[in-house]
Amino acid sequence: MQKQYSFRELEILANTVRQDIIEMLVEAKSGHSAGPLGMADIFTALYFSVLNHDPKNPDWQARDRLILSNGHICPVRYAAMAETAYFPKEELKTLRKFGSRLQGHPERKRLPGVETTSGPLGSGLSQASGMAYVGKYIDKADWRVYCLMSDGEQECGQTWEAAMFAGKNRLDNLVGILDRNNIQIDGFTEDIMPLEPLRQKYEAFNWHVIEIDGHNMEEIIDACSEAQNIHQKPTLILSHTTPGKGVSFMENKFEWHGKPPKPEEAKLALQELRTLGGKITSGHE
Amino acid sequence: MVNPSAHLSEKLFDHDVPKVATRNGYGEGLVEAGKKNSSVVVLCADLTESTRSEYFQKAFPDRFIEVGVAEQNMASLAAGMALAGKIPFISSYAAFSPGRNNEQIRTTIALNDVNVKIGGAHGGLSVGPDGATHQALEDIALMRVLPNMRVIVPCDALEAKKATMAAAEILGPVYLRFAREATPVMTTESTPFRFGKAEVFAEGKDVTIVAAGPVLHEALLASRELMKEGISAEVLNCHTVKPLDSETIAGSAKKTGAVVTVEEHQVAGGLGGAVAEMLGLLHPVPMEFIGVHDKFGESGTSLELWEAFGLTHSHIMEAAKKAIQRK
Repeated sequence: MQKQYSFRELEILANTVRQDIIEMLVEAKSGHSAGPLGMADIFTALYFSVLNHDPKNPDWQARDRLILSNGHICPVRYAAMAETAYFPKEELKTLRKFGSRLQGHPERKRLPGVETTSGPLGSGLSQASGMAYVGKYIDKADWRVYCLMSDGEQECGQTWEAAMFAGKNRLDNLVGILDRNNIQIDGFTEDIMPLEPLRQKYEAFNWHVIEIDGHNMEEIIDACSEAQNIHQKPTLILSHTTPGKGVSFMENKFEWHGKPPKPEEAKLALQELRTLGGKITSGHE
Repeated sequence: MVNPSAHLSEKLFDHDVPKVATRNGYGEGLVEAGKKNSSVVVLCADLTESTRSEYFQKAFPDRFIEVGVAEQNMASLAAGMALAGKIPFISSYAAFSPGRNNEQIRTTIALNDVNVKIGGAHGGLSVGPDGATHQALEDIALMRVLPNMRVIVPCDALEAKKATMAAAEILGPVYLRFAREATPVMTTESTPFRFGKAEVFAEGKDVTIVAAGPVLHEALLASRELMKEGISAEVLNCHTVKPLDSETIAGSAKKTGAVVTVEEHQVAGGLGGAVAEMLGLLHPVPMEFIGVHDKFGESGTSLELWEAFGLTHSHIMEAAKKAIQRK
């Protein structure tokens, strides 16, 4: 039985995950900052509350599967995994280094618990749909599949091939979580290639769509629960997030998509996050 | 001279040698693999009849998944299914799979090292009238360069069936290449098929002909004709292009001192490239290459194209003589 965390506890944990991310990136000297920080709340909610999993037994047959399609935000996954004791926290400092299990983009065979290898955008939803198809129709199992996607990869044709497949096959054990942070490496998504209306697009592909504030623990957890009660349709949680969330000089800046903080920037970022952490009292209680 | 222990068909050189397309062997092999193992599932991208996946679809409708014209999705769906414990075979034309979905195969299947089998039908020029767009001539090369991937090119329908069944037993990614046209059934039930092992179909001492796929029949015809001219050619059926059976091939090259490779594929990156890389390291000998030399195909009948691209037995004979002269 997993421990039940309060929303306040989850918010504090998310803040810790953000600090882990900054510490990892400054040590790695390369990697992505904005996306991982923006998804810290969702990963914390998933790993500490939503997922039915066992960090001591990553291959547990009945576990829920979490597919990270946009592999480049893996620091947030690694941090959440370390915080839930999949591996020792000290290992986070090995990110992107030679011989590390924490590859620049996650690899299944190197680190138990990452489920699949990802990085090239647009193939996660297909893999998640393949798993969900097996779970629903072949094995008739209870486990669920969660697939984290970026908004940039909604530009990939393959994403829509998978969305069509999941809609056709009514994969109600599949939840897509779309990180709608409006940025990609070359700029703002709506300048690079307009994606809207995303809700209507997924609805047209026979998905149930829930829009949330991706930094609100209650909304994240409620949306995942709601998805469990949706039948005959996959669910998309269209999650509005702030890239770089928690570090004011990174927030909403696409320039922070693909670079790490320098040591002095990291110091500032950590200071801000620690101050913020002390202020978390949560309006939920 | 035909090797008796290969147990080849008695009708091997007859005018009425039975002809069946290797893709039929794939369909039959899928059904056998499906009977043997309930984890086998088959996905197809809107080419169920022509890839012969329909045999499996009819036998096991609950384990057949139609994905529509979406080869990239198909490759990654299969990766997900393999991660969930299944043994997926994905079927399409080789031009599209592994052509169009190469990156998905690279990342989600090969690097991921999952148990997905890729069945590429309509490989080679013999697709015929459909023309260059549908004649995959680079699929072996694409698959051969991927770590973790195995590559099998069966020579006839019977071997295709055996290869498909064998692929289901291998843990990890396998690429299987098939052809559209009905081609001579050279082997019999008794012909050995061992994954990773080249078989000596004809024994000889002057030159080694290494062939893969239905065009192997032309190599056997060439060896019979060469014999009439006093040249003894050894013919190897190199159905497994990766891992290459270096022991058998280099052993034969040591004996004969000259090698000709024969394939219905670009020589660069194909069987020819693979054998040359290996012999360059282990036992360099003069080599000649029968195959496609940096060209796309075009419309025509299978026979017209094999002739135009120099894949028929007369071309193989010329190549063999040239290789021998260069000793």
